[in-house]
Amino acid sequence: MAIIAWGACASWGCVQAAKPNPTQATPIDKVITNKPIIKVPGCPPIAEVMTGVVTFITTFGKLPELDRQGRPKMFYSQRIHDKCYRRPHFDAGQFVEEWDDESARKGYCLYKMGCKGPTTYNACSTVRWNGGVSFPIQSGHGCIGCSEDGFWDKGSFYDRLTTVKQFGIEKNADQIGMAAAGVVGAAVAAHAAVTAVKRLTTKREDAAQDN
Amino acid sequence: MGIQTPNGFNLDNSGKRIVVDPLTRIEGHLRVEVNVDSNNVIRNAVSTGTMWRGIETILRGRDPRDAWAFTERICGVCTGTHALTSVRAVENALRISIPDNANSIRNIMQLCLQVHDHLVHFYHLHALDWVDVVSALKADPKATSALAQSVSSWPMSSPGYFKDLQIRLTKFVESGQLGPFKNGYWGHAAYKLPPEANLMAVAHYLEALDFQKDIVKIHTIYGGKNPHPNWLVGGVPCAINVDGTGAVGAINMERLNLVSSIIDRCIEFTEQVYLPDIAAIGSFYKDWLYGGGLSGKSVMAYGDIPENANDYSAKNLKLPRGVILNGNLNEVLPIDHGDPEQIQEFVAHSWYKYPDETKGLHPWDGVTEPNYQLGPNAKGTKTDIKELDEGGKYSWIKAPRWRGNAVEVGPLARYIVGYAQGKPEFKEPTEKLLRTLDLPVTALFSTLGRTAARALECQWAAHQMRYFQDKLLGRIKAGDTATANVDKWKPESWPTEAKGYGFTEAPRGALAHWIRIKDTKIDNYQCVVPTTWNGSPRDPKGNIGAFEASLMDTPMADPEKPLEILRTIHSFDPSLACSTQVMSPDGQEMATVKVR
Repeated sequence: MAIIAWGACASWGCVQAAKPNPTQATPIDKVITNKPIIKVPGCPPIAEVMTGVVTFITTFGKLPELDRQGRPKMFYSQRIHDKCYRRPHFDAGQFVEEWDDESARKGYCLYKMGCKGPTTYNACSTVRWNGGVSFPIQSGHGCIGCSEDGFWDKGSFYDRLTTVKQFGIEKNADQIGMAAAGVVGAAVAAHAAVTAVKRLTTKREDAAQDN
Repeated sequence: MGIQTPNGFNLDNSGKRIVVDPLTRIEGHLRVEVNVDSNNVIRNAVSTGTMWRGIETILRGRDPRDAWAFTERICGVCTGTHALTSVRAVENALRISIPDNANSIRNIMQLCLQVHDHLVHFYHLHALDWVDVVSALKADPKATSALAQSVSSWPMSSPGYFKDLQIRLTKFVESGQLGPFKNGYWGHAAYKLPPEANLMAVAHYLEALDFQKDIVKIHTIYGGKNPHPNWLVGGVPCAINVDGTGAVGAINMERLNLVSSIIDRCIEFTEQVYLPDIAAIGSFYKDWLYGGGLSGKSVMAYGDIPENANDYSAKNLKLPRGVILNGNLNEVLPIDHGDPEQIQEFVAHSWYKYPDETKGLHPWDGVTEPNYQLGPNAKGTKTDIKELDEGGKYSWIKAPRWRGNAVEVGPLARYIVGYAQGKPEFKEPTEKLLRTLDLPVTALFSTLGRTAARALECQWAAHQMRYFQDKLLGRIKAGDTATANVDKWKPESWPTEAKGYGFTEAPRGALAHWIRIKDTKIDNYQCVVPTTWNGSPRDPKGNIGAFEASLMDTPMADPEKPLEILRTIHSFDPSLACSTQVMSPDGQEMATVKVR
């Protein structure tokens, strides 16, 4: 019927395929080309996601809807960022600046600490881990993007435009939008810029109305 | 006739050759070959690591603060231990100190791993070498209940409970789809337990399978997920906030309570299920004292679990540290990971090449160039090996040696060192178990001893989790909630060149990473892993490694069903993915494997 590629190793190659891939580690779909391959990526994938995919097939007798990369939409169609419980802090510009600072203790957004949530598709921010107990961001470390193809080679896990100076709120979001076009997460940057500009525009309109 | 090895074994490869490949119910890929004499007693042994991945090559040129994430993926079973070793290596190289709370949390993470790994190893990887699942179908549930209640106060022990389980098990076996129990050597003469003990053990196998998924939640709380929780150079990533605004977004009282309750359950399960099972099973196997190998001769432990942060000297480490050579328990020798004369890796019998293979190399100067060549007496081809030639190169595992000595590492090594040092927390439980089984101390040097030491260490680790959780709470109470030191977080603050090492005691034994940093990037990274030590092939002098030594002189009831080999090799809890790491300094292409 189909082959399920469990995890980042089978789906993409994962750690042994990171540059320079000394052993030519190869994902399943480059080896088996005559069967449908369902990719369930992650390093590792969430256990309940794995069992969810299998039991979907046994319960409904059909293969799950897949996205363009071959991942089940049911668990991989939204980014960590789309459902992250710290998203309001991202939107409000409340970021952890340094490990264990006051913002960290309040559970602020980890974007500046390298979080790859905005570019990572997985179910971690909803299903969470080990029976829903927690997930990386909730325990204080940014998402490292472990379900994405080639995540080991997308720069340091701690690099996320943290070289932008004078990190305020709206101003920096604009700077991100303008400066980050060529860097990882251009779509994210544009989004962040748009959100910030929208807020700024609203504020200006409100201010204008008051006058 | 035969070859006498410098470390005291007489190898005779004239008899029938038996090949076990792959050896299952381990982590990774292992092949074992032995020769048995006319009485089916093992007289020669060959242990081979059959895979490698190149993690060290991959690390070159990367940010040292990321290294823990790469090395953590060396193994998903001992998840966390390589990450801890890595952050220690970087902190050692860059002289970074961590706060005391980070030390406590890291200890809890590592101890949690010990508890989880030892429990899962005994029940789900090892037990089926001692327990005959099919025999459990013949047990009398009432007698099983009586047995269970005589060894423990664990409440899941009624006749009805065992009867229901037996019915489930019968249906399962009759279905023909045996799942994890398929291809077992059921009915083998080497199984010694009565049906009731088998049924009790199967019940506990299933209970442990259910419980183990809760143990790892400690990793999830402090590290975000399991397998592969997150770590941090300079501390731990989870901030603490018990009383202030936004505490729900940090390690707060609800999180701490969850960790505490799991710790309590770990202590309970280990003491009421695991340890009584070891004593019960041990009592039926107390005459089967094979498998000692190197354990009665040369053992090594690096020590781990620092009481206070940033002090990795022997006196501050709660797990024992030191080397014992030639069975001399009166002398525990000190270890220095930076001394080029102590830890060295040899490749004379491994699939690598050195400029001079008579010499070993310290990991800071490690050279790893693959050289996949079979010896002249090997049978078969490079892609279909029928028999290896142990006179030539025969493993992807290098041969690490301590001052030229092959040593055994692991829970038994730690307990032997602790015992020799007279430490009551290790000596007393060991002596108590020996008294229960009415065995002398020399019985420790065996497969059974290795298995028992693992259980004792599991109990020790569970209690130490409680100790460090209480310590953490004590510091929070005193007003200290620091979890990370960011003084040297930025690469601009680092020297141009630095080198360091980090070490831990992984569940399977002594583990260390060596790092060289140049211009803020990793210049060289080497891992020498417990199973590298234990699964080691011969060195240039012909010393055999721990796996090989442990099989010597073991009689096999049926060479076609090598249960005894499995039982002994499993007692080491092999982790092969960990043991075969390859670095090619110039990134050149290595052997290709054709996938058909």
